[in-house]
Amino acid sequence: MPPHIISRNRRLASAFGRRRGALLLVAPALVAGFVLLPILALGIIAARGSGDLWPHLIAYVLPDAVSQTLILLAGVGLLSFFVAVPCAFLVATCEFPGRRLLDWALLLPLALPGYIVAYSYLDLLHPLGPVQGVLRFALGIASPRDFRLPDVRSVGGCIFVLSCVLYPYVYLSARASFLMQSAAALDVARSLGASRTRAALRIALPMARPAIVAGLTLVLLEVLGDIGASEFLGVRTLTVSIYATWVNRSNLPGAAQIALVMLALVLVLVAAERLARRRARYTTAAAGRPPARVCLRGGKAAGATLLCALPVLLGFVAPVWHLATAAAQRLEFSGLSPALLLEARNSALLAGGGTLVAIALGLVVTVGQRLSARPAASVLARIASLGYAVPGTVLAIGLLTPLAGFDNWVDAAARETFGVSTGLLISGSGGALVIAYAIRFLAIPIGGLEAGFTRMSPHLDMAARSLGATGASAVRRIHLPLLRPALATAALMVFVDGMKELPATLLLRPLGVETLATHIYGEAARGTYEDGALAALLVVLVGLVPVVILARISGAAFGATQSSSARRGEAQGAPTAVG
Amino acid sequence: MSGTSPTISLVRRTLCGALAAVSLAALGLAAGPAAAEEVVNVYTTREPALAAPLFEAFTKATGVRVHSVFVKDGLAERVKAEGAASPADVLMTVDVGNLLDVVDAGVTQPVETPVLTAAVPANLRDPQGNWYALSLRARLVYAAKDAKLTGIHYEDLADPKYKGKICIRSGQHPYNVALTAAYLVHHGEAKTEAWLRGVKANLARKATGGDREGARDIVGGICELAIGNSYYVGLMRSGKGGPEQQKWGDGIAVLLPTFEGGGTHVNVSGAAVAKNAPNKSNAVKLLEFAVSPEMQAIYAKANFEYPVLKGAAIDPVIAALGPLTVDPISLVDIAKARKKASELIDKVGFDS
Repeated sequence: MPPHIISRNRRLASAFGRRRGALLLVAPALVAGFVLLPILALGIIAARGSGDLWPHLIAYVLPDAVSQTLILLAGVGLLSFFVAVPCAFLVATCEFPGRRLLDWALLLPLALPGYIVAYSYLDLLHPLGPVQGVLRFALGIASPRDFRLPDVRSVGGCIFVLSCVLYPYVYLSARASFLMQSAAALDVARSLGASRTRAALRIALPMARPAIVAGLTLVLLEVLGDIGASEFLGVRTLTVSIYATWVNRSNLPGAAQIALVMLALVLVLVAAERLARRRARYTTAAAGRPPARVCLRGGKAAGATLLCALPVLLGFVAPVWHLATAAAQRLEFSGLSPALLLEARNSALLAGGGTLVAIALGLVVTVGQRLSARPAASVLARIASLGYAVPGTVLAIGLLTPLAGFDNWVDAAARETFGVSTGLLISGSGGALVIAYAIRFLAIPIGGLEAGFTRMSPHLDMAARSLGATGASAVRRIHLPLLRPALATAALMVFVDGMKELPATLLLRPLGVETLATHIYGEAARGTYEDGALAALLVVLVGLVPVVILARISGAAFGATQSSSARRGEAQGAPTAVG
Repeated sequence: MSGTSPTISLVRRTLCGALAAVSLAALGLAAGPAAAEEVVNVYTTREPALAAPLFEAFTKATGVRVHSVFVKDGLAERVKAEGAASPADVLMTVDVGNLLDVVDAGVTQPVETPVLTAAVPANLRDPQGNWYALSLRARLVYAAKDAKLTGIHYEDLADPKYKGKICIRSGQHPYNVALTAAYLVHHGEAKTEAWLRGVKANLARKATGGDREGARDIVGGICELAIGNSYYVGLMRSGKGGPEQQKWGDGIAVLLPTFEGGGTHVNVSGAAVAKNAPNKSNAVKLLEFAVSPEMQAIYAKANFEYPVLKGAAIDPVIAALGPLTVDPISLVDIAKARKKASELIDKVGFDS
């Protein structure tokens, strides 16, 4: 948090009483403890193992896993940057054919899980697939043996696939930042003789740096946690190694040890991001008239349209077109499975439950932070955001023990007192998954709401206090109404992420409950992922609804020329604070 | 705010709806089966579509409903964590190593019935009755038709003449770990490591994907040989997976490889009764049903597996591959060598 806000918050503390400040931290502390639970459980599991795994890991596994992970991180980071930032800049500051459509269409790939895009591209780019088929036909080559494109099952392919679905995180925050920038700075640069490109590179880009870095951090965390796409495309990342250690050598403590080391890496990454943002706080002060869009003409306009359309085509249109045709063929071949509707319902319900809990917990943490105005509250918020940095599988293993332990405790107590068995109260009911989603995605509402709160003047609180409002009524009558856009955005993003979530869902779902994601995975594990095309299409369609709403919300806010609404836009757009 | 409020109210309505639906569903999910109904709860690492024929036939024959959950990894951990309150009755896995993991985790109980001991040969079950194999699958070599191969040893896969011509799924996949473990039992550590290095050097692409993709990649000209399980051949060739897969299945020649001086490597799908099974009698019933002549025939016909029951029919598509000579080394020995095998696979960088 920038120092000037902290100092303002200190003043605010007097608004709702310094004495109760500490008390207000109790609820956020409970939430933070809740998030730490699976990580602590993991620590206990790790401590159970001996260290004898490490010589083997260091000699044979880690060099490769670390280098592959780093190459993947660097590749996806760079590609996402070079795709998202120019598009965001063009869409925010220029006028060209198709801009209004592309403005929100560039967000669409958010609806696609990486593993589904990976399956699609393997089909599309396979020697037997349409792309190479057309190429061979055009070149007059008969057999795929004589001419082949490089295989998508490679680090390069994985970088491409993950960038396709992850660049929107950077796009979203960079666009918000470009839209917020004051015209004055750019005008000054232009009046001093800088060309438009030079002004963009020297002024607009540096000013957008914190937003871009925040978006990139989300991208990198997603890459680190990914298992579906990397494993499928044969890239042996650290997360995949954790899996192999656990599954093939039955060494859960060893896997937990690697997971904890990885968590430490993630914390370094997140800390670096926060440091970068702290140093760059000068940009947030900008206000005033946003720049008018520059009309592009001729070749430049066509170039801009093409540049911005390409990510949409590759990240959304191509895979969805492929899924749709595959789903249509399936429908013809084996008909519609009635189970599919049930799975869609389960997916929506579990993700919906996770969303509600995540939003509620996010409010507890950020409201506590606002009212108590203590630096400790900020630390608690960081701890409560840790779940995003823990890969889904790891989180699931960590949750398994405490949740089932609690269930057994309740069960035993009920048997003793009432003579009835309660069974597995939480882990047997889908409650485990709701908790897993909430913990995993809590960073999104916390980040969004924190940003919303910092844009709310502390004078509002003081005015409320001086008019006799208690903290609770200030929250209800002032904060919540003003936070609505941020709440809505966070809720939608958690929901989409919950629908797509695979590893924790796979391990923690109750008996007889199948979701769309696990259905697709079940088919893919059998090597028949085309049987899952229909389910995959449904995941995409359901995921599309929130993304379109998200695009509309942010579009409405960004579209307005008033700088106040543009500022609010940023509050909603980027879940910047992670970890 | 005015520009966004219609959308926001839509979102709010959606959220309220979701809240109501979630509370309803929580009740629905928790309620589970009616108390009077006979059920059996199955935790399985078997892909749902492959386990379904068994469950459907069982319900039809006995009236006992099957509730199942497909847990790919972490089955043992989950049952262990659930402890005394676990609803699991039957634990089914598709790899002998996974089966022994479940037993080692202490979440199974021994059962012995005349039906089970008569149907399952002694080398395909635990002497204490903790686990029983239900079906067999062989690890085969798929080959391009124009390679004109008539037979092959697993050892030959490391031959440099196949450089850049072999496709295989991840070396760390349980099927490949088990194959490597069998190699270890046959030839010892040094030779196994050399073999792994040889196969790795022969790969045409990254070791990843599923077994079917080996067939697809042969047809696509990426490789000449691929390693895959026997039942995939049946699933592809029978047209059950759709016309495209039939093309892959028909586009390859299938060989039954053997170890030099041994037989073909087989793995099992198997089952165990959970330690705290609330419906133990139904669990035993399901196991007995799985090895009954009727069900063994369904296994063979629906999933193209080799039956464990002597004399049960093999599907014609599988029978056409030729007679299967099962490698004589014991499954338990293979499972024990698994850890070392997995380490060697890491050591040679097979998956990198």
